[in-house]
Amino acid sequence: MLQKIYDWVDERLDITPLWRDVADHEVPEHVNPAHHFSAFVYCFGGLTFFITVIQILSGMFLTMYYVPDIVNAWESVYYLQNEVAFGVIVRGMHHWGASLVIVMMFLHTLRVFFQGAYKKPRELNWVVGVLIFFVMLGLGFTGYLLPWDMKALFATKVGIEIAMTIPVVGPIAKTFLAGGEIIGAQTLTRFFAIHVFFLPAALLGLMGAHFLMIRKQGISGPL
Amino acid sequence: MHRGKGMKFVGDSRVPAERKPNIPKDYSEFPGKTEAFWPNFLLKEWMVGAVFLIGYLVLTIVHESPLEKKADPTDAGYIPLPDWYFLFLYQLLKYKYAAGDYVLIGTVIIPGLAFGALMLAPFLDTGLERRPSKRPIATGLMLLGLISVTYLTWESVVTHDWEKAKTQGKIVDVSFDQNDPGYQIYQKQSCVGCHGNTLTGGASGPSLIGTGLKPEEIMKIAKEGKPPGMPPNAFKGSDEELKQLAEFISKLEKK
Repeated sequence: MLQKIYDWVDERLDITPLWRDVADHEVPEHVNPAHHFSAFVYCFGGLTFFITVIQILSGMFLTMYYVPDIVNAWESVYYLQNEVAFGVIVRGMHHWGASLVIVMMFLHTLRVFFQGAYKKPRELNWVVGVLIFFVMLGLGFTGYLLPWDMKALFATKVGIEIAMTIPVVGPIAKTFLAGGEIIGAQTLTRFFAIHVFFLPAALLGLMGAHFLMIRKQGISGPL
Repeated sequence: MHRGKGMKFVGDSRVPAERKPNIPKDYSEFPGKTEAFWPNFLLKEWMVGAVFLIGYLVLTIVHESPLEKKADPTDAGYIPLPDWYFLFLYQLLKYKYAAGDYVLIGTVIIPGLAFGALMLAPFLDTGLERRPSKRPIATGLMLLGLISVTYLTWESVVTHDWEKAKTQGKIVDVSFDQNDPGYQIYQKQSCVGCHGNTLTGGASGPSLIGTGLKPEEIMKIAKEGKPPGMPPNAFKGSDEELKQLAEFISKLEKK
């Protein structure tokens, strides 16, 4: 039955080459922890992706309850944390995932750096990877404000004050992020939009490029 | 791949009519113990992911994600702290030559050089050698960066007042009648400036919830003050109002 459905779709859309592209790539011995235990260092990139998927899923569920305005934001998070079934788990996964993804990405970066895997012909993939790192830090910064509790507000105030000291770009960045003179209602909705739409869109695009390049070039050889 | 004349298509589409068999490559031709990604290696990755997920969930269940009290922009005494992965940048700005007149060194020059070099690493380190020991400059600079980030983060953590951080943002569950005449007086008087809108205290005044004091004692403090923070004659109003205020405050209890 499944085969019949597959054949029916394949006849019309020729999906076999696509599927073989995804499934058929060799995993060399030197990156396979089953053969060399030290190859576990190659897991960090995959785990970063794994946590990113969890972040996207848990974030989607959080937005079912979260309200991005200064009157209700904190109340909605409090409700989510204390009243909603498994709300504390979903929020906890999103909270801890944000830290874990930084840790894993950091380890992945160090692995690639110390193995010199960014060298020709993989320069572009490294640059895209560093951009992903910046986007992740941006997600961390914007997400920190959303619960609208004391530490969220004051950390964001400090962050934007620091950005203000940068000549030329600083004041523009402040206007863009804060949406006005004070850190308030406008800032919260902007951070929400940036955290939920702008940065994830950039992240998905960059990750797509990252994966395309690694598939095209293959993983770097053993040292 | 068949191209050009003689190609057959499905209907009027661009999909070739000739079907390709869905057969995986033969990995015996690859060097060493090369494995197919699907399904052999993916299964192992899946298992690593499952073990990782267990640890992740244990962390989530053991440490509930923190939530402080609702943001109150008027609380000037709050000591802010960013998330841990920004601490090194935050700490950098506390040093003399990275703050004040030199703040650009701390906000633009040092981070700009460090992250710029990280981004452009492939174009700065162009040698063919890949082993860390054979490219000492790149390895040395990265180790220096790692040590600096670790040191700055560490310094930031040990200099932070964690005792205060614990109490300053705590959610105080209190409910009182905002229409109580005592609360109306409280808001009109100078009390609200130090003890806060919700009477939970602030930078310069303690919480007034659950003080355990009798109305007479509160009246006395409001009139005569209480060293060091509370000045005498803080209350300016009639004795009737003072009595209502004191009764209101003495009734407040922690839930």
